[in-house]
Amino acid sequence: MEYYIQGEKNKWEVILGLEVHAQISSKSKLFSVASTNWGGEPNSQVELVDCGMPGALPVINEYCVEQAILTGLSINAKINKMSIFDRKNYFYPDLPQGYQISQFEHPIVGSGYINIDCEGKKKKIGITRLHLEQDAGKSLHDQNEENSYIDLNRSGCALMEIVSEPDMRSPLEAAEYVKKLRNILKYVGSCDGNMEKGNLRADVNVSVKLKGEELGTRCEIKNVNSIKFIQQAIEYEAKRQVKILESGDEIFQETRLFDPNVGETRSMRGKEESHDYRYFPDPDLPPLIVTEEKINELKKTLPELPDQRKNRLMIEFNLSSYDAEVIVNDKDVANFFEKTVEGRDSKIVTSWVTGELFSFLKKTEKNIKASGISPLKLGELIDLIIDGTISNRQAKEVFEDYIKSTESAKIFVEKRGLIQVSDEQEIENLINSVLQENPKMLEQYRNGKDKLFGFFVGQVMKVSKGKANPKVLNELLKKILSN
Amino acid sequence: MTDFSSLTITSAINGLKNKEFTSQELVQFFIEKIKQNKHLNCFITHTFEQAIDMAKIADKRISAKNHRMLEGIPIGMKDLFCTNGIKTTAGSKILENFIPFYESTVSKNLWDSGAIMLGKTNMDEFAMGSANTTSFFGNVINPLKSFSNQKKDLVPGGSSGGSASAVSSGLCLGATGSDTGGSIRQPASFCGLVGLKPTYGRCSRFGMIAFASSLDQAGPIAQTVEDAALMLQCMTSFDEKDSTSSRNEIPNYLDYKNYRLKGKKIGIPKEYLIEGLNNEIKEVWDNCINWFKSEGAEIVDISLPHTESALPTYYIIAPAEASANLARYDGIRYGFRQKEKDLKDLYQKTRGLGFGKEVKRRLMIGTYVLSAGYYDAYYLKALKVRKLISKDFEEAFKICDLILTPTTPNVAFPIGEKQTDPIEMYLNDVLTVPASLAGLPAISVSSGFNKEKLPIGLQVIGKPFDEISILGAGNAIEKLRGF
Repeated sequence: MEYYIQGEKNKWEVILGLEVHAQISSKSKLFSVASTNWGGEPNSQVELVDCGMPGALPVINEYCVEQAILTGLSINAKINKMSIFDRKNYFYPDLPQGYQISQFEHPIVGSGYINIDCEGKKKKIGITRLHLEQDAGKSLHDQNEENSYIDLNRSGCALMEIVSEPDMRSPLEAAEYVKKLRNILKYVGSCDGNMEKGNLRADVNVSVKLKGEELGTRCEIKNVNSIKFIQQAIEYEAKRQVKILESGDEIFQETRLFDPNVGETRSMRGKEESHDYRYFPDPDLPPLIVTEEKINELKKTLPELPDQRKNRLMIEFNLSSYDAEVIVNDKDVANFFEKTVEGRDSKIVTSWVTGELFSFLKKTEKNIKASGISPLKLGELIDLIIDGTISNRQAKEVFEDYIKSTESAKIFVEKRGLIQVSDEQEIENLINSVLQENPKMLEQYRNGKDKLFGFFVGQVMKVSKGKANPKVLNELLKKILSN
Repeated sequence: MTDFSSLTITSAINGLKNKEFTSQELVQFFIEKIKQNKHLNCFITHTFEQAIDMAKIADKRISAKNHRMLEGIPIGMKDLFCTNGIKTTAGSKILENFIPFYESTVSKNLWDSGAIMLGKTNMDEFAMGSANTTSFFGNVINPLKSFSNQKKDLVPGGSSGGSASAVSSGLCLGATGSDTGGSIRQPASFCGLVGLKPTYGRCSRFGMIAFASSLDQAGPIAQTVEDAALMLQCMTSFDEKDSTSSRNEIPNYLDYKNYRLKGKKIGIPKEYLIEGLNNEIKEVWDNCINWFKSEGAEIVDISLPHTESALPTYYIIAPAEASANLARYDGIRYGFRQKEKDLKDLYQKTRGLGFGKEVKRRLMIGTYVLSAGYYDAYYLKALKVRKLISKDFEEAFKICDLILTPTTPNVAFPIGEKQTDPIEMYLNDVLTVPASLAGLPAISVSSGFNKEKLPIGLQVIGKPFDEISILGAGNAIEKLRGF
């Protein structure tokens, strides 16, 4: 469905481009050996270069370079064999060198693309570039009335800035783009994608235009750190711009901030106030050279990516596109699925993973890893369904308790006397007793009220305390009633 | 007390080895000399206590025949090298009370070779100057005087003026310098000494306070070529903490003694016969050509066509890099801070009061040439010209082995002169800057005197990493100059 903003006069198209900042999952920083652990004591993870000491020099972290290359390969991008680190100059207390080491004219990764799935429609989103840069520190303004404090633990951490083309046309597309990109980064392992910790955050460029017209002036919303906020920010910002344009005013290029508390964007600085960053090649760092061999070597280590995995799951396990998509959307879930499905019927495993498991995770607000559920745990329960020990319904009823228990499925089921009765004689006895107790109903059924079949099933189930094998029950009941 | 005035590093090493005196006696002698010559203002910080402690260790090692290359030799350390636990100022108010908690690689290498630090030598602020008149700690006085005017104080040259004056006046046996555009060679020339700027990348820049990172290079200032070779041997190393550090094998620099001029081609660049070149200097240059001829060298006329552009190129690139390198002195983390309520005021006042006039001038030039709209015309162009200058040398070294030029267009001048017009001051560097831009090794050796008995230095420029040849040529000058 085409997305547009309905103004008072016109329908407006929304043009969106994103700059995603992804912190590389690396033990040490981009140019120092300081730790990147999250949540350390302020200023406890700082080397000379991270706090801009006189005479300190940056030394590139090879691991970060490799992660950038792997990420570049996974977004179908060109890897530049020569890239250059530049200094981006500006003064800020949490920028200890007085410049950020970044890449300007010659980034390590050139143009590429990713495919997103938006309401069942595939769309290709172009990626302009990916470059490496240092993160800044953090200013703490709430510690003291008169002073601000600076924490440099984050200063110098490696970031990949991934710049998209202005190819997105709706908040949903932007959200899907970030989700997909995040998923790819997690598959590659170059970034954990944790938006709450700020390890992945986005600058969103928003402009609006009438259909068929040239691109409008854009505003950049800085540092949005959740997918929900990205959508809210775009929606608010696009409407704001439409309102301005329809009232006959023009949009001024500016940097804005999204305030999630009120759901609005507000101006941070205009174009006139924008910095002249005076980029120039960092003389402390020679050009970064990547050889063809290195790229090929890394290519070999590239893991299976979401799109490839989805295709494989569809073929190998006969999954629907939808099921495969939701399963590969989280690498951990996909791994979980593949382990669970090993030696088991894929249809029932898929239904359990996308059904009970997903709703349990949603309810407990946990991801699969944090939930602690092992493939074996779920698999054992499914095994009991497949071999007829318990019914699917029984299994669903006890699922939560079972997951929380430490018992094996077999013991859990035995202890609670849940084992399904499949013995025909036993079930026949139950049926007969139910029929004897309900002569009126039986008569009505015999007179053509077919619907009562279900009533009898239910009654038998009730007296069996749910343990009767539904398949056996159905067959026997049919047989007895037709006599 | 024994008079050690006539000692060189080489003769002191022998004296120590032969138990003619102890390192403690040596150190004591130089401490007294320093105390007697405070008016020369060679040192910003004295480290006498440390020196005595270091001398005790040196004496022990010498008696145990466990001595290292410079065991027990008292030297001066330019105050640009960070020294652990000892104030390091770069000649600036902004670092007036800065005490590093780390050691520069060059100083560490020297201490590891047994050298002893008498103190931190005065210098032009952030190495920006050619007369040592820009230091926050006052100007340095050249111990040498004009024959006809013994009262007038002369400049020692700069920026390593404290080091040169200290060695020249016998306050230490040798000293470190740093050379960005001539800061070792020019003061060595003004003070009648040997100064050697190694190939860019030969000495680590780690812990050396940066002026212009693509040009800065540490080197020795000494009385003789042999002393300079000894110091150089101890200063150089491959350092993984400096990404521009060279992995080339370090030769035994004392092998220069086997170097013979016979059959070597000595290039004389016609462009160095600049307007304003002092006639007496020209004469010494001519003399040296004859000495070299007498040794069997072949003199070849060469052309370095872009020499004329070297000075303006240098005065774009160096300030540009400095404008970023000095951005870290913002009063936030260390060094001088002018406390203000408003952040912008804090920056402005701290830097306004913390930096001297010349530094501010260069920071403004550097900021300007990197600014949007001027970058291409200045900085980018300068980078291109720099390449042409390097190319000039490459071409020249196809037809010659060494290049012989004067070090400076003039001899040491009175303090106070050339202070009004910065360009006039910058012209001091006109003959040293080209080799700096090309990253080539160059040595200045005192080769004669003018009528006023002021020393005249000649410069020998070599191929990359061919320090041995320039030391060899310097050695020839020492032998042939007749004093």
